[in-house]
Amino acid sequence: MVLDKALPEQTHARYWRKPLDIDTQKIPRGKVHIIDVRCKECGFCIEFCPKDVLEKSDKFNKKGYNVVRAIKGREDMCIACMHCEDICPEFAIWIEEVKT
Amino acid sequence: MSDLFVEKLEGLEELHPSDKWLRTDMLPHIWCPGCGLGIVLKAYIKAAEKAQLPREKRVVVSGIGCSGRAAGYLNQDSYHTTHGRSIAFATGLKIARPDLNVAVLSGDGDLFAIGGNHFIHAARRNMDIKVFCINNFNYGMTGGQSGPTTPIGAKTTTTPYGGFEHPFNLPWLAATCGAVYVARWTTLDSRRLRDSMAEALVKKGFAFIEIISPCPTGFGRPNKIGSGLDEMKMYMEQWDLKPPNWIIQEGSNPREADITLGKPIVVGKFVDIERPTFLDLYWKILPHKEEHLLNDVEKKQVAGAKA
Amino acid sequence: MRGAVLAGAHFMNGDIAAAEGSIAAGCRFFAGYPITPATEIAERMAERRPEVNGRYIQMEDEIGSMAAILGASAAGMKSMTSTSGPGFSLMMENIGLGAMMEIPCVVMDVQRGGPSTGLPTLVAQQDMMQARWGSHGDYALVAYCPNSPQEMFNLAIQAFNTAEKYRIPTLVMADESIAHMTEKVIIPERESIKLVGRKKPVVTPEQYLPFKPDEDLIPPMALAGEGYSVRMTGLTHDEYGRPAINLAAQTELIPRLSEKIRRHSPEIIKYEETQMEDADVVVLAYGITSRCIRRSVERARKDGVKAGLFRLITAWPFPDEKVKELASKVKAFVVPEINLGQIVHEVERAVSGRIPVIGVTYHGGGLPNPELTYKAIMEVAK
Repeated sequence: MVLDKALPEQTHARYWRKPLDIDTQKIPRGKVHIIDVRCKECGFCIEFCPKDVLEKSDKFNKKGYNVVRAIKGREDMCIACMHCEDICPEFAIWIEEVKT
Repeated sequence: MSDLFVEKLEGLEELHPSDKWLRTDMLPHIWCPGCGLGIVLKAYIKAAEKAQLPREKRVVVSGIGCSGRAAGYLNQDSYHTTHGRSIAFATGLKIARPDLNVAVLSGDGDLFAIGGNHFIHAARRNMDIKVFCINNFNYGMTGGQSGPTTPIGAKTTTTPYGGFEHPFNLPWLAATCGAVYVARWTTLDSRRLRDSMAEALVKKGFAFIEIISPCPTGFGRPNKIGSGLDEMKMYMEQWDLKPPNWIIQEGSNPREADITLGKPIVVGKFVDIERPTFLDLYWKILPHKEEHLLNDVEKKQVAGAKA
Repeated sequence: MRGAVLAGAHFMNGDIAAAEGSIAAGCRFFAGYPITPATEIAERMAERRPEVNGRYIQMEDEIGSMAAILGASAAGMKSMTSTSGPGFSLMMENIGLGAMMEIPCVVMDVQRGGPSTGLPTLVAQQDMMQARWGSHGDYALVAYCPNSPQEMFNLAIQAFNTAEKYRIPTLVMADESIAHMTEKVIIPERESIKLVGRKKPVVTPEQYLPFKPDEDLIPPMALAGEGYSVRMTGLTHDEYGRPAINLAAQTELIPRLSEKIRRHSPEIIKYEETQMEDADVVVLAYGITSRCIRRSVERARKDGVKAGLFRLITAWPFPDEKVKELASKVKAFVVPEINLGQIVHEVERAVSGRIPVIGVTYHGGGLPNPELTYKAIMEVAK
């Protein structure tokens, strides 16, 4: 049984047997970077993030839009799938892959 | 030329990885929130990176409309020409400099209404240019009028009672005219789109990709689809991905790729064939007399065509 | 194998001479569409293409032809197209694009009877105003009027030089008679033909501004595929080439597009004066008309009227200053043309009512009868 402390939902055993390569396979981690002035509140990144890391903040940017931000406490959930980076039409969000 | 040529926006601490390919002094761009054009632009940038095209070999020609503004945001040779004539301009450019990778980024009205004639001839000639048509089913820049791809029953400002003209089936049109690479994706398939664009960029001959993009202001609002996000979700429920097939000459039949409200949108690669390009035949028919006037690039092409 | 310059004396058709002139000037890209009476230019370019490593494409329409020659010129090849009235009308939008993007190219209009399909095989000079004002918006360009196959050759070279120097689409307003006339054409040796190329940028790509003019109001032109990341748009733009939809950018850019021609008009304007030293009545003509009415001028001289011939070689820019100067010395202008009066209005404008300006209108379809002009000269000399 493996507990990955960064993922709260894995508090109970999800494997009926331990996979052979579980020690070598690392789940990728990413750091969310947002360029505030470019965000236009379209909501694509929030909708399509598989780990629900993002939400609309209360902060307004120079153009009057509610900027997207990573939810406090869930920033470490990002698995660097890069889908938000691909789907953002504004070039406002990008993921820096964090080497563990 | 330095790859780090970028104009920094004041107050910008970090650079987006795509920023070196963009004219950052023009961002944030003019497109509406929820518009899919930014996704297509990013797919082009990532596809060109994937295909390893150097900056000085890339040229983008665009027409008029929201899609036409795409050329202005790319940090490479870009030409924003008149309505419908981007393919003709690109033809001249390609013939003069066959070593350049020429892509046309334009909209459905620009390419198929006013520009329809140029499209069919460029496809017929198998001109080695890549045409990326961003289809939002209306004329967005001017406020949402109906166009050649507006589905029957759809409301636009010039069809307030619903569209009543048969729309084009673009993959079928392109395939019939002789395009060697025909595909359709939605902006939701951002990665498949990127890979398909990378294939199209290196494909020899006339490559065409139709990209279905949300237009919340011009199309979504009058048809009560909601925001750009809702329009994207609609694609998710409606699209029907045929299994990607990497064997040349197989794929779904473009004849059945028409778009009707309520029917699944067929996406995928329809056509991927080989055919001599315009310049191949051009060099092949060339009399031998002139070879001493050719430069190295042209000599290679003549040799390639005669092979 | 024939080279680019067929030096020697030839008995040559006007259209062929125009094609040969273009090739001698360095034109290596031709995109066109067949139209009487300019088809021979396209045919000659297609035939000569392999001999000079040129590029020829027959586009699907004139609109595409004009767009293609702009694209080829943007990539560095000297390019041209040829057409007649109906095609000329189609090309207008993209001539405007060429003026806005400041892309050099040459458009030859072999005028025929109009409007609409008109008289495909018969002469007229009905496109002269359209040459200047055809496209929408404010811009200026240069138009040449050849009056012989020899001039078709010479002015083709001149047109390319002008286009390259001033970064403007340049017109050659021929007419069907000159184009289909076969006459002696002497082609000089290659070394004696002076060619002008476009200005190249002298700064690095980082410092280059596509539309920042030099002292002479003409910006250096970077080509596609040279690493300069050229940004060109048909929208009103700033010096960086960025679309700038505001009054300031329009004020900065648009007057300069016309001013660059106006300021250099002393070098650009060309005309030919015959028997003008003591003339009382000036006959101002261009193209085939200038040849036919030489007879009227000679006859008037014989009958005691001091007539002189002022032949326009550049119809646009119009030689305002020279006509104003002549208006203070002579008694009257007579302006014969094969249209219902187009250049005559320019003469009237320059003369501002100081002396009479008589237009002699010939209708398209036949060569101008010198008798009518002679009568006009005699009438106004009274």
